[in-house]
This record gives sequence, structure tokens and C-alpha cells, in this order.
Amino acid sequence: MLRLSVPVRLVLSRLTLPVMLALSLGMIVAGQADRNIGIALRGAVDEALAPLYRVVSRPMAVLISDRNALGAWIGMHSEVRRLQAENVQLKRWRSVALALAAQNQSLKSQLHFVPTPTPAFFTARVIADVGGLYARSVLVTVPRDSHGVADAIAMDGGGVVGRVVQAGARSARILLITDLNSRIPVSIGRNGEHALMAGTNGPVPRLLFWPPGRPPAEGAVVLTSAEGGIFPDGLPIGVVHYLGRNDPAVWPFASMNRLRVLRLFEYQRGLNSFSSKASESIVQKTRP
Amino acid sequence: MIAMVQRNLWLELDRFARASLPALSITVAIFFLGVPGLFPAVAALRDTLAAMSVYFWTLYRPSSLPAPITVVLGLFLGLITNAPFGVWPVLLLLTQAGVLASRRILVRQGFILIWATFIVCILVTSVVEYCAFCILDFTVLPISPMLLQVGLGLLLYPLLVPLLIAAHRGPAAPELA
Repeated sequence: MLRLSVPVRLVLSRLTLPVMLALSLGMIVAGQADRNIGIALRGAVDEALAPLYRVVSRPMAVLISDRNALGAWIGMHSEVRRLQAENVQLKRWRSVALALAAQNQSLKSQLHFVPTPTPAFFTARVIADVGGLYARSVLVTVPRDSHGVADAIAMDGGGVVGRVVQAGARSARILLITDLNSRIPVSIGRNGEHALMAGTNGPVPRLLFWPPGRPPAEGAVVLTSAEGGIFPDGLPIGVVHYLGRNDPAVWPFASMNRLRVLRLFEYQRGLNSFSSKASESIVQKTRP
Repeated sequence: MIAMVQRNLWLELDRFARASLPALSITVAIFFLGVPGLFPAVAALRDTLAAMSVYFWTLYRPSSLPAPITVVLGLFLGLITNAPFGVWPVLLLLTQAGVLASRRILVRQGFILIWATFIVCILVTSVVEYCAFCILDFTVLPISPMLLQVGLGLLLYPLLVPLLIAAHRGPAAPELA
């Protein structure tokens, strides 16, 4: 073992902190010069922690599940009341939906409507909250053979939750719609007015850049728009709610604070395979 | 002879375990605060808790939390919380440098003064963090998370300090090995 003299050890101990500080400042510069460093390391950390989080989150999920005493005690009373009120509303909407479905069917048959391809999807469990004060994101498990889930759309039972921004072999990081960096093109209301939904790190994202002179109406439904090519048209996000004068926000349909199980829809893959099949069929038809 | 070697080995292991308790406890706290559980948004506590632990252990057991370990902890915290790369190692090292500079005076003071110093420390950390994030992301972030962090630090310190003191006097003391 290397034995150092006392003065050398003293100098080394005094130099450690400034050297480490310089190294850390160098990391910031390197991280800004090449963003891939941070992305690659973050992916490696996610992949390493995913199995641990999977193991640890299971007992917690069981503990707060509605099927056992503690979970029922936490949320049962308020949940029952909420569900009863929601059920009354849903029964009213059911009849409206049935009428609209019938009307839609007849209109489709008149228009020779070509249905959009059904996207591939799988169900993923939320295993960790990997956000912080300035970020909102969650880590989910992905099946082993599902490489390339980047840009998949995450939804819960209510509506859109976010988008996969980083995917590994075992886990994927989802940027939530409430994150400050989230920007989603949306269409609002019956006329489908276009706008941009921006996350604020708060519970509700804000609406920006709506058409001049036509502000979003309170209570109008907000859906995704295909502008930009990441999201498909018409996925439900939430309803417009004014937080103040000229400050429309979107109240999400998804339960953003209680994310447990999500469905990841691979619209990009679906669209690519659909377009490649379509082009193949066109090529076959045009061949002499 | 073999018995003596074995005894020395266990002694060294015990010392190592006690010395690594501060870093290990911070790592475990950062990890477990990400488990989706009973309380929503509990992950927001990570930054405050890490800064608080670095402040406490640098003040009472600086040898258990050397600068390279602080860098690794900062990197881990930054990577897990989506923070810009390298910012958290700098923030934790600045906290450590500030505490080390005033350690001789601080360590003889009572709880209230140490708490007040921590509030100043978390305020400076939060402001530097806010400015760094704004500059590195080229955006103006909302100011509320910064205020929340200071508020959390203010309230959590007296709640967690008994636990940290118990660890400092018991399982984290290598001299008791």
C-alpha cells in the first residue's frame, strides 16, 4: 500500500474539493456541449434501477390497492361518492354516445370511410416517479421485446398522460403533459381550433397560441392534433378551464397524481407499417 | 493468529460500514422517494433531503462524506431527477464548501443557529439551482418550486435532525466500532 507523508496528505485533502468542483463544472460544460452524455447516462441509470424499482414498488402497490383494508380506508369513502356522481353523468352520456355512434356509422358508410390503422399497444406499470421540483416524469416497465418505443403515447383510463422520451430494454421514461418541457399541439372544441398545450410543472398545463379573436371556450374538450407528426388526431386530453382572465388551462382527464398502470400506444410504428403496406400495394398494383 | 486476523477484518468491515452510512442513507433516500406510494409528488423532496443530509454530515462527520462521494451522489440525484447534467454535483459541493469554511464556528453553536444557517444555505442553493436551470435550459422557470424547496427545507430540518443525530451518535460513528 502506498504510504504518503503527512504534508502530501494535507495538500491532497485540501485540493480534493476544488478539484472535484472544477470537475463538476467541466461536467456541466460537457453536458451542454454534447447532450447525449446526459441522455446515455440517464438511460443507463434507468435500466439499472428498473428491476429494483419493480421489486420495491410491488409491495407498495399492494398496500395502497383498493382491494385491501389500507387502500380502501384511504380512498373508499370519497371514491364511492365520486363514482356515484360520475355514474349518473355517464348514464346520461351513454345514450348520447349511442345515438352519435349510430349517426357516425351511417355517415361513414355514405363517405366510404377508410379506418385509420389500430396502433400496437401494451400495458406498462409505473414503477418510479423520476421527476423533481423542475421536472415531471415517470419510469415504466416495458416488455423485453419492445425495442423502439420512443415517441409512444402513454394514456391511462381517462386520457393522454405523456409521451415516451427515452426507452431502454427494460424501462421507458415518460415525459408527462404537465412537465415544463412538454409542448403538445391540440385541437379544441367542436370546431377543432388549433392551439399549443404547454406544461408548467403545475397540476394543469396552459393553452397557448390559439387563433386570434377565438379564445378557447370554458368546458370545451381538448384533443390531440396530428400537427408535428408525433401525436395522432383526436386523443382525449382534458377540458378547458380558465384559471384567470385570459389564462386558459387544460384540466386533464387522466389522474396525473395517481398513475399506476398506463397503456403505451405505438402510433408511429402503426402509421409506418400502414404507410409501407399501402406503398407496397400501390407498387404491386402499378407493376405491369 | 487466524482469530486475530478475523477480528481485525470484522473491525475494519464495521468501521467501513459506519463510515459509509451517510452516503448510503442519502442514496437510499433518493431511491425510495421515487417509489409511487401513499403521497403524491413526494419525489420533490429529493433535492431538499440531499442538500440537508450533505449539510448535516459535512458539519458533524466531514470524513464520512468526502468530495468525490458528494460528486457521485450529486450525479445520481441529477440523473434520476432529469436535472441538467452536472448541476447537482456543483450545488452539493458548494454546500459542502460553505459548511467546511464555517465549520469550526458552527459546530459549537446551538440548534437554532445551525437551523438558521441551514435556511440560508438552502436559500442560496435553491437560487443558484434556479438560475443554473434557467440559463442551461434557455427558459424562465416558475419561481414557485424554488420557494417550495426553501419552505420544505425550513420545515423538514427540525423533523429529520433527531434521526440524523441518532445516526451520528450511533451507527454512523466509526470510533464505536
